[in-house]
Amino acid sequence: MSAEDIDQEQSTPVASAPRRADGADLSVYHGVWVFIELERGKVHPVSWELLGEGRKLATHLGVPVSGVVLGPDAPETLAACDGAFEYGADSVYLMRNAVLADYRTDPYTAGLTDLVQTFKPEIMLLGATTLGRDLAGALATTLATGLTADCTELRIDDETRSLAATRPTFGGSLLCTIHTLEYRPQMATVRPRVMAMPERVPGKRGQVIEHASKVAEADIVTKILSFIPDSDAEKAQLAYADIVVAGGRGLGKPENFKLVQDLAAVLGGDYGGSRPVTHAGWIAADRQIGQTGKTIRPKLYIAAGISGAIQHRVGVEGADVIIAINNDPNAPIFDFATFGVVGDALQILPALTEALRERLAARKAAE
Amino acid sequence: MHIVVCIKQVPDSAQIRVHPVTNTIMRQGVPTIINPYDLFSLEEALRLRDKFGGKVTVITMGPKMAIEALKKCISYGADDAILLTDKVFAGSDTLATSFALASTIAKIDETEKVDMVFCGKQTIDGDTAQVGPGIARRLGMQQLTYVAEVEKVDLDKGEIVVHRRSEGGVQVLATTLPCLVTMLEGSNEMRYGTMDDLFRAARYEVVEWDHKAAGITAPNQCGLKGSPTVVKKVFAPPPKAVKAQMIATEGKSPREVADALLDGLFAKHPKLETEIGR
Ligand SMILES: Cc1cc2nc3c(=O)[nH]c(=O)nc-3n(C[C@H](O)[C@H](O)[C@H](O)COP(=O)(O)OP(=O)(O)OC[C@H]3O[C@@H](n4cnc5c(N)ncnc54)[C@H](O)[C@@H]3O)c2cc1C
Ligand SMILES: Nc1ncnc2c1ncn2[C@@H]1O[C@H](COP(=O)(O)O)[C@@H](O)[C@H]1O
Repeated sequence: MSAEDIDQEQSTPVASAPRRADGADLSVYHGVWVFIELERGKVHPVSWELLGEGRKLATHLGVPVSGVVLGPDAPETLAACDGAFEYGADSVYLMRNAVLADYRTDPYTAGLTDLVQTFKPEIMLLGATTLGRDLAGALATTLATGLTADCTELRIDDETRSLAATRPTFGGSLLCTIHTLEYRPQMATVRPRVMAMPERVPGKRGQVIEHASKVAEADIVTKILSFIPDSDAEKAQLAYADIVVAGGRGLGKPENFKLVQDLAAVLGGDYGGSRPVTHAGWIAADRQIGQTGKTIRPKLYIAAGISGAIQHRVGVEGADVIIAINNDPNAPIFDFATFGVVGDALQILPALTEALRERLAARKAAE
Repeated sequence: MHIVVCIKQVPDSAQIRVHPVTNTIMRQGVPTIINPYDLFSLEEALRLRDKFGGKVTVITMGPKMAIEALKKCISYGADDAILLTDKVFAGSDTLATSFALASTIAKIDETEKVDMVFCGKQTIDGDTAQVGPGIARRLGMQQLTYVAEVEKVDLDKGEIVVHRRSEGGVQVLATTLPCLVTMLEGSNEMRYGTMDDLFRAARYEVVEWDHKAAGITAPNQCGLKGSPTVVKKVFAPPPKAVKAQMIATEGKSPREVADALLDGLFAKHPKLETEIGR
């Protein structure tokens, strides 16, 4: 553990909120908010991940962490509030209105702007999903404040009591730390699976602060004509799979990708690939893993014929165990793998599948 | 139909290298390209123009050298190009960038009414996807992000229907013009410019605007001054302390290697062994 980590865990007193050059008092902004992304009755798990992260920031600052739930007057909306408490929120700010049934930029931006201006949080976190990015960009503009996208690390800078948001830059080759010093709230988005899922405490509850939405359907220009749900085949749950096997250009040709799928099937996991493989159409585009694809956090990640470029690395570093199979002993993937095999993936993959199949059969016989 | 397309010239990040000793970016000799995501938006705009008539104006905020990227857009078939360039824009974050671009679009709209604005889904250097929504808010336009398909445009009624990618499905949205659209990658393919356009691009004189020309009366909302975010530190990702445990392969069959790997894995992570194959 580095000195910085220890520092983050203690709740040392931090400097009071800064005053802006023009004299505006920023200390009226208080507390950490996490936007709870409720779409079509379901909460995106990234919201819980952010509550875990928000809790750490709030503890360090000595302030509460709150969930913010916008949705229709429906049981799912209240269930989202309960979920927020169970994943760590001290309180929930709730806005219910039929116009919030499906996501649209205008009513959501208007609702959140109203909530922020009324209750004044100092930090606001959102998931970097299609919804979260659409909303965050609009919200930061109406609030005229700073927004840092796709953060990989959030901490508090004690000296300025500001959020130090770290994100990859220049195509992932470098990281940069960004502060919003003179504006509040400080906004940040984080991609799904970048932060760990916090422990759920079933039955934990807290205070719900309900605030009325002032938006009526007649005020909203954009209408939803219909919603076409993805077919199950397209709904790759890759980001949330516990076991992931991936293949890269080193597999040589599309037919060889079956070796990856076979191993994933035996392990009971999902499969994905590096960018060249999805770009070449060997597998579907939404199975790309990495900076411009999905971030994964499995218990086990097996990469075959993948060099381990930085853009791939940032998407898989959260895995508990990484096994790399590559015939080049100097491949960068061995720099961050847990286990390494220098060899031909076309031979090692089927051998692994076979060995596992036998072990699983033996386990089954013993059970 | 008049469409404004916002493009950005970016370093080809595939070719950026970090200096191994000093940890700084080695920019020398890194070629620049048009942000790849912007090309899907430019192509969609060109298609709409071809269908409805009118013109496509391409704009960018950047250094003089961005003229090259704008001329490239002319060679693809864009009609006009404006470079927004001024010292006051230096150091802009996304809020300041959207302010400058929105002001420019409003200025263009004064002489040639703007029906639609296109932005890329995101850039590959800034990579924030914030500038598009920022422009839309400032101009009071509806924003349609992650559009996979423009289904219908009715210019007379001022209506548009698009398919927007969302988590778990596609929203079919109807809204009014003017609006701002960002296209999803892969939604179309950039055309090859015609010979005529290629020649036109070579001769084309890109119009250059400073903040005054763009109608900006509050330069303190631009550049570093107008940027709420401050970059405190840039650094290379720290190397991992523990090196990979390598499985010996010398003189072993693939099956022996596989078994050695699994033995090593399950010895260290016994819980995994009970969890696999479920
Ligand atoms: C802006 C930007 C974003 C990007 N985003 C992503 C992203 O999200 N995800 C991503 O993956 N990449 C991304 N990339 C691309 C990335 O930089 C790399 O080019 C890419 O990850 C390389 O893929 P690869 O490892 O499959 O192919 P290669 O780099 O070609 O590596 C193939 C590897 O296979 C090994 N090999 C060859 N034959 C065999 C064999 N028979 N058995 C075993 N090993 C073998 C080789 O030694 C080599 O290490 C991005 C790049 C940029 C510029
Ligand atoms: N300096 C700029 N000039 C013109 N357009 C820009 C500029 N920066 C961003 N954009 C547009 O905004 C989109 C999103 O950029 P970003 O928020 O940086 O990811 C880009 O794809 C461009 O269309």
